[in-house]
Amino acid sequence: MRLPLVLLLVAWAAAAAAQDARRSGYADMGPALRAMQDDDAANPASLWVLEGSALWGARDGAAQRACADCHGAPETLQGVAGRYPAFDAKRASAVDLAGRIEECRTERQQAPPFGRETRPLLALEALVVRQSRGVPLAADPALAAVASVGETLWRQRIGQLDLSCAQCHDDRAGLRLGGTPIPQAHATAYPVYRLEWQGLGSLQRRLRNCMTGVRAAPYAYGSQEYLALEVYLARRSAGMPHEGPGVRP
Amino acid sequence: MSARGLVSAPARVKRGEVFEVKTLVAHPMETGFRPGFDGRLIPRDIVTRMAVSLDGAELFAMEMSPAIAANPYVAFPMTLEKGGVLTVEWRGDNGFVAEARIAIAVA
Amino acid sequence: MTARRQFLAGALALACVPSAARATPETVAEAVRQLVAGRQVRDGALTIDVPPLVENGNAVPLTVAAPAGLSVVALHVFTEKNPQPHVLHARFAAPTPAARVATRVKLADSQTVLALAELPDGTFLRARADVIVTLAACIEDPT
Ligand code: HEC
Ligand code: HEC
Repeated sequence: MRLPLVLLLVAWAAAAAAQDARRSGYADMGPALRAMQDDDAANPASLWVLEGSALWGARDGAAQRACADCHGAPETLQGVAGRYPAFDAKRASAVDLAGRIEECRTERQQAPPFGRETRPLLALEALVVRQSRGVPLAADPALAAVASVGETLWRQRIGQLDLSCAQCHDDRAGLRLGGTPIPQAHATAYPVYRLEWQGLGSLQRRLRNCMTGVRAAPYAYGSQEYLALEVYLARRSAGMPHEGPGVRP
Repeated sequence: MSARGLVSAPARVKRGEVFEVKTLVAHPMETGFRPGFDGRLIPRDIVTRMAVSLDGAELFAMEMSPAIAANPYVAFPMTLEKGGVLTVEWRGDNGFVAEARIAIAVA
Repeated sequence: MTARRQFLAGALALACVPSAARATPETVAEAVRQLVAGRQVRDGALTIDVPPLVENGNAVPLTVAAPAGLSVVALHVFTEKNPQPHVLHARFAAPTPAARVATRVKLADSQTVLALAELPDGTFLRARADVIVTLAACIEDPT
């Protein structure tokens, strides 16, 4: 009986595909929010990109250099965001995109840092990220050790609700939590315009929300813990296309 | 002055052809109905009006209320008989003013 | 599961609109009466487009469109359960065929959205749509 065998094989293949079917949070959104993300003229994150473009051309700091003076057009950073977090040889540690921009800000412009989650830093990050739309995320192989620290944090139970990231995002992805679908937590769209925030926020802010959600004390912005989680998430999502700056509910 | 408003439309259109104008402006749209952390209401701070004009002649305007979401998005259809510079102006509480422009050629 | 549900509900309830400060069907009726000022109103084929499932009440995509064959000078939108009835008043300088306005609105609760189209002769067309909001428009702890 060939037919049943074929069917069996098809079913098996489908099950295998379903097993590693990674799904961006984009796919969990309704058509209206997907359209909001896809159309630059409607995506509110474009307002931050606009502000980032103005900052890109502005001379600042003791060096009186603009990003544009050294880098040229923002398009020269095409694909860069997909490679972050990356190994920072000078510090022999991981650096995420926001940290990398702050490095140029403090060392090359010789200006005071903007600070995590500030509007100008998010604006520049949004501008750089937009140059990487559709670029597959790549995990830096030099960060394998940091990724495994991140994986440990991912599996560690936290907070009064005593839940790990993995228990929600690996084990319960696709189920609903008080009306909200639990996504697989792929960090493909950050920074995102989150309707809940009514503004743009970083991946670390998103992680902070998940931590306070389970009533855990959140890590400090820019901490090694968030960085390690970001590195692990980049590995988990490697190969998926960058869709930032995105929109999330 | 500041980079707060965005307007998108085709760079060239045919005379009388319907096209879409899409606008965004960075603004918190604080409703005035929301208590702050001290329990007192945060004063209203909204964009009250956006207006679209071509070389000074107003073609479309919208009065906004606190019910319009933060970072207001407004899109509408338009036709033109002649080209020019389309200017969007937003005005609001506390002297808020923002402007964005786009040149549209009519064939 | 209930405990987890509570944390979301708790976080979302933090800074909600007090229920006293709300429009009512009566205040909407009054706002519409002022707009219409005695002119004729008919129920008509306006389209009110809102996603069937609202993912966050902070920014609900809303499109109001007049029928293609009809010229319109203004589109007006009201809601019943927001703190005040007015949502928007959009005006076209010339009578516009297939007039339409798309925006995003805050909706504090599931409710009825009312739209009116103002025609060049001064009369109005009116339509209603029910919107289901699962998460209300509130603000989380912004830290
Ligand atoms: C109680 C379940 C739960 C736990 C535990 C949890 N999250 Fe989440 N997480 C969610 C939900 C629900 C969302 C989506 C929220 C929304 O869209 O409003 C989310 C969203 C995310 C996203 C955004 C995905 C996207 O598409 O943008 C990331 C990334 C994430 N979580 C990472 C983490 C990490 C890292 C941890 C551990 C520190 C964690 N989460 C713990 C429930 C959880
Ligand atoms: C004085 C010159 C200078 C200025 C000013 C400057 N940069 Fe840089 N930037 C560099 C150099 C040099 C590098 C390192 C290239 C490398 O390491 O391969 C770099 C690297 C970067 C990278 C990482 C690129 C990669 O391929 O990983 C980003 C992102 C970046 N800069 C953003 C900015 C932004 C945003 C600003 C403005 C706030 C800015 N830079 C200002 C010189 C500058």
